[in-house]
Amino acid sequence: MTVIVVGAGLGGLRAAESLRGQGFEVMVIGDEPHLPYNRPPLSKESLKGGVEVEGLHFRRKHDDIDWRLGAAATGCSLDQRAVYVDDAKYPFEGLVIASGIRPRHLPVPGPQPPVLRTADDALRLRERLTPGTRLLVVGAGFIGCEVAATARQLGCEVMVTAFDAEPMIRPLGAELGAAMKAHHEAHGVEFRLGVGVAEFHEDGATLADGTRLTADVVIEAVGSVPNVEWLHGNDLDLTDGVLADNLLQVAGTDAPVVAVGDIARYPNPRFDDVPRRIEHWNLPTETGKRAGQTLGSLLRGEIPEGDFRPMPAFWSDQYDLGLQSYGQPALGTAVLVDGEWSGDCIVEYVRGDEVIGVVGVNRTKDLMRYRQDIGSA
Amino acid sequence: MKITVDMDKCQHYGQCTFEAPTVFALNDDGKLEYQGEVDDSLADQVEAAADVCPMQAIEIAP
Repeated sequence: MTVIVVGAGLGGLRAAESLRGQGFEVMVIGDEPHLPYNRPPLSKESLKGGVEVEGLHFRRKHDDIDWRLGAAATGCSLDQRAVYVDDAKYPFEGLVIASGIRPRHLPVPGPQPPVLRTADDALRLRERLTPGTRLLVVGAGFIGCEVAATARQLGCEVMVTAFDAEPMIRPLGAELGAAMKAHHEAHGVEFRLGVGVAEFHEDGATLADGTRLTADVVIEAVGSVPNVEWLHGNDLDLTDGVLADNLLQVAGTDAPVVAVGDIARYPNPRFDDVPRRIEHWNLPTETGKRAGQTLGSLLRGEIPEGDFRPMPAFWSDQYDLGLQSYGQPALGTAVLVDGEWSGDCIVEYVRGDEVIGVVGVNRTKDLMRYRQDIGSA
Repeated sequence: MKITVDMDKCQHYGQCTFEAPTVFALNDDGKLEYQGEVDDSLADQVEAAADVCPMQAIEIAP
């Protein structure tokens, strides 16, 4: 039996490995020309110039997976059990949806700035970040802040602008966001926060308050959009990704289909019964392995069993600061439990009387106990 | 099987210690320590540890 995996990122790789390991024939369709590679270094080590894409490839456990790279899936019929890449039709018995996300663009006039998502994006940006270059980063999330830190270390002049009031405010909260802003400012980054972009220009942007920002390079890092268009016409719930159950079986179809990684929206009983889509690095591996088991069961005529309770985790390095998180900080209220906001610290995020997430700054080892504790009650 | 961790890449995040606790550990200073050679019976654990390393710093050889 043949399984098609649409998406050749980390989630697609882990699902493909799981299914090949169970004896299925596996084809992976990916839009990028590259075999699966690790993206986090693209805003850090690779941007500094140290690591090429060849050095970022994941280890592959099977050499008999059929990789079809360089062209995105353009359509799918679950009734006919087929995926389309332009005019080519690829039939399947089981399908893994792992097509991930792409960077969002602001709907404003002017030339669309470059983004940072792929290895090729990183290569192009790297060539332009020479010492003295004026860089304007639009967006103050993790990618925007990491690019800002890296660009400062490369000797660029860096301005960050964002609609949010503080950097990384949604995952970190206002207090820790403000502290991170102060760290960036101490390293020479300027901020224009709490104001949107009205228009892009070849040499910068005009903000909604009329401020004209001039730069040699503009980069847009304002979040992401799930790649669901190829699934249209199958009556799936494609509201913010692909709706799936706790074991990642896609809802609303009798066909054997699972969703993994950044595109999957599913409930995690560690927290509650609300389906969520979470873009943390560790989840493509967790969901890829679990979805592989689920799809394998479905294809063998078995009922998938188990209880999937992955712990979301993320990491971010900016200057000499290592941020690390477990759980879902964005769902709670920040409480400083150790250290100082302005320095090394541990911040718990509380919902009701429960710690639902934690963030540490330079406190990796102290954070490890939370990986078991959060949501275990 | 032989295990090598690229200590230039390793950021001591400790994710490997959850998957293969008898092979990988963080010491009192929070730095990674690991066994360079382990019995093949631990292969599944070590593979899982390599998979979850955010820096992809763990290399495995037979």
